[in-house]
Amino acid sequence: MTTREAIQILMPLLSGEILICTTGYVSRDVCAVKDRPQNFYMIGSMGLAPAIGLGITSASPGKKVVIFDGDGALLMGLGVLPMVGSSNPCHFFHVVFDNESYASTGHQWTYSKKVPLEKLAANCGYHDAARVDSIAALEETAADLLKKRGARFLLIKCTGDKEAFKGEKLVSPRVPWPPEEMTNRLKKVLLS
Amino acid sequence: MAQLLRSFVGVLQDEGILFYSGVPCSILAPLIRDLEENPDLTYLPATREDLAVGMAAGAYLAGKIPAVLMQNSGLGYSLNALTSLNLIFKIPLLLVVGFRGAKPGDAPEHWVMGRSCAKLLEAIEVPFWIPEKETLISNTKEAVETMGRAKIPAALFIKPGILI
Repeated sequence: MTTREAIQILMPLLSGEILICTTGYVSRDVCAVKDRPQNFYMIGSMGLAPAIGLGITSASPGKKVVIFDGDGALLMGLGVLPMVGSSNPCHFFHVVFDNESYASTGHQWTYSKKVPLEKLAANCGYHDAARVDSIAALEETAADLLKKRGARFLLIKCTGDKEAFKGEKLVSPRVPWPPEEMTNRLKKVLLS
Repeated sequence: MAQLLRSFVGVLQDEGILFYSGVPCSILAPLIRDLEENPDLTYLPATREDLAVGMAAGAYLAGKIPAVLMQNSGLGYSLNALTSLNLIFKIPLLLVVGFRGAKPGDAPEHWVMGRSCAKLLEAIEVPFWIPEKETLISNTKEAVETMGRAKIPAALFIKPGILI
């Protein structure tokens, strides 16, 4: 399963959840698959997507927040895991598309090849932390974890398909939204 | 509690800054203690300064006016967050920065950042103030007004001996 296939499975499962997407292809793919006012494409500041989500749930505890993160991004800001686990947010679903590489910079490898990130999340206090590596398992587990309360973590093993990215058609276009407009549209959703 | 510290927390509260994150600095220790003891305010510690900036951005999106506390050593970690999150997404933030190395004689690890931190903020076009005791309250109001109007971060460099 590629990251985009996983995103195509997950997007229809979301209803009103706020979705914070990490930088790089994750944001681009989500925007191409299903843009919605609840989506925030964090085009820079790699590693900070879960921190932004935690800021939202801390300031507005009733909001349901989903994070689409990457293995490289999470490894860059691992210190967020104890912050999330200890804060015990009501609705915080942390999804990591783990292709064991920095896809948008040329597929250099990451340490997630050796280190089970879902175990780090579980040890940091996430209520549920699961790993899936097939489409069937993803469909079943994601639907289940979305319904649950508290901090939940789902690691999705994705293939780092270098060939797929060589074809221009398979690379999603850049996020077309100017950053300030993304801020304004998400604020509008959060304050309505 | 010292009068100036009480006034400082009071003006922050009056300006509507109710959400705080950060990483401790000995200069800011009395402030952190007061924020944590204040039932009307939220202070959530971060493990690193850029994560505090990220969390503050989330709080802003959810309708709060945020502040982040840190030592100037943490500005280095925060530069990418400030430049590629706050400044382009127009997300305001009050930075309350403990100013180590402000004067000769501080520990060696603060020498370089002490003489560079103001220039760093100047380079990325983040406005800052270095208040004396007499100007702390007026500078704070100016910083909050600027960040709200321009929707960018604004910083207060707090020298030792100001918040005691």
